[in-house]
Amino acid sequence: MFMILGYPAPLMFGQLLLGLINGAFYALLSLGLAVIFGMLNIVNFAHGALFMLGAFVAWGLLNFLGVNYWFALLLAPLIVGVFGVLLEKTLIARLYKLDHLYGLLLTFGLALIIEGLARNEFGSSGVPYPIPSLLQGATNLGFMFMPIYRGWVVLASAIMCLITWLIIEKTSIGATLRAATENAPLVQAFGINVPRMITLTYAGGVALAAFAGVLAAPIYSVNPNMGANFIITVFAVVVIGGMGSILGSIVTGFGLGVIEGLTKVFYPQGSSVVIFVVMVIVLLVRPAGLFGKAA
Amino acid sequence: MPDAMLEVPMLEVRGLNAWYGESHILHGVDFDVREGEVVTLLGRNGAGKTTTMKSIMGLVPRREGKIAFKGQETVNLRSDMIARAGIALCPEERGIFASLSVTENLMLPPVIAPGGLDVATIHALFPNLKERANSQGTKLSGGEQQMLAIARILRTGAKLLLLDEPTEGLAPVIVQQIGRTIREIKQRGYTVLLVEQNFRFAATVADRHYVMEHGRVVDMIPNSELSANMDKLHDYLGV
Ligand SMILES: Nc1ncnc2c1ncn2[C@@H]1O[C@H](COP(=O)(O)OP(=O)(O)OP(=O)(O)O)[C@@H](O)[C@H]1O
Ligand SMILES: [Mg+2]
Repeated sequence: MFMILGYPAPLMFGQLLLGLINGAFYALLSLGLAVIFGMLNIVNFAHGALFMLGAFVAWGLLNFLGVNYWFALLLAPLIVGVFGVLLEKTLIARLYKLDHLYGLLLTFGLALIIEGLARNEFGSSGVPYPIPSLLQGATNLGFMFMPIYRGWVVLASAIMCLITWLIIEKTSIGATLRAATENAPLVQAFGINVPRMITLTYAGGVALAAFAGVLAAPIYSVNPNMGANFIITVFAVVVIGGMGSILGSIVTGFGLGVIEGLTKVFYPQGSSVVIFVVMVIVLLVRPAGLFGKAA
Repeated sequence: MPDAMLEVPMLEVRGLNAWYGESHILHGVDFDVREGEVVTLLGRNGAGKTTTMKSIMGLVPRREGKIAFKGQETVNLRSDMIARAGIALCPEERGIFASLSVTENLMLPPVIAPGGLDVATIHALFPNLKERANSQGTKLSGGEQQMLAIARILRTGAKLLLLDEPTEGLAPVIVQQIGRTIREIKQRGYTVLLVEQNFRFAATVADRHYVMEHGRVVDMIPNSELSANMDKLHDYLGV
């Protein structure tokens, strides 16, 4: 059998792919958190719950309205985005004048409520979501068999991250967003409706979470805990990448997914803690994170 | 001034009070700016000049009194609405964004009315901004940052410009260039409210000067009478 560094190649590539898939979710989720944190100065603890909500919305669209996966990929982020607008306007917006701990408490409470309601309705085991027919099966890459859907998840996440990055770094809307992150009162004094921009930024961030939720639906069973399982690791990713850094969250998300996957090959016992070990080391060496600017 | 009594001033400030938290900073500020004028606010450090500018722009936490722009009361409006009405601020700290390039800084304020300068005209006025279009905004020299801060509000079509100490800390040739720019935009029909510490510079661009002390306007001196009032002015400004 073909070996790499004394390990069988298929095992290695298999874990690498798993790592990339996890990384795809880490990147999308931490990207949304970074966008929200940059603009609202709030760590959105409801992010995992809204990821889960995205998956359930896709499930509901399919089972009650017959809306297929591809439309759900578009509609679920939109629906969860509108829900985000409601949350921001009715609840979160009231907290900007207070210490940011209140935002943390509020979004944490929201997460508990949303996840609790989902558990009441669907139980803890969740509901299945089929892989769309176009993406079923596996393909032979020469060195390994890759389930097509898993490859699609990595690709879709990378494309969505790239689009988000381009919007923020290369468009005038993105420039306004970056400026408002630096000095919101001045941007508003130029005639820009900053409160509305904050609302839409929150909606955009949670829409990314919902997009990730739809991608995740066929892989994990759609269940109330799927967000909570991810979110702790995602917060570590955000801290490692640097709070609020767009590029940092994308690179760190994919990178840590891969590191986690490779650890499963080389030192399986360490795979569940490796990201937190990295976090500790990064915090010791660069407290603002790999891509963060020292405050 | 019978004519001035009849026409509505571009900006009319009456009994303006402003607070930062518990500190009461402005105690009834009164002055007018007529269309096409360049008017200065002079005064010592801490007299309340910047606070007056910020109050007009809606950037202080609490303000009361009358601030009418073209006859419209703005004291209860949000700052973005005040900007949309046609007032633009060049802040004392310049407010150049580090995460934006020079061009992005220039294009940031939205055009709120026709009649602003186009980018070609701005580049002709400030050639440095063209050369350094892709640099990070805060990598510019202090003088270039000041030009950028002025240039970006000339694009918007706002007709009342609030310039807060545009010459502060800059080399003489740049101060002269800013003087030329202010005279040029006056010629184009803009109205300017200018905060200055340097009244020698102010005298080269302004029509009238208001003197502020302890959060009030205490005197008004037309530019033509400036030399006759030098002693008084030295007294006010402590120079
Ligand atoms: N953000 C703030 N919070 C509390 N007090 C402030 C704040 N900004 C200014 N002040 C106080 O308000 C008073 C007026 O300040 P302001 O900046 O308006 O003065 P100024 O005339 O512009 O002075 P300078 O010539 O130094 O720019 C000062 O006593 C200052 O300490
Ligand atoms: Mg000042």
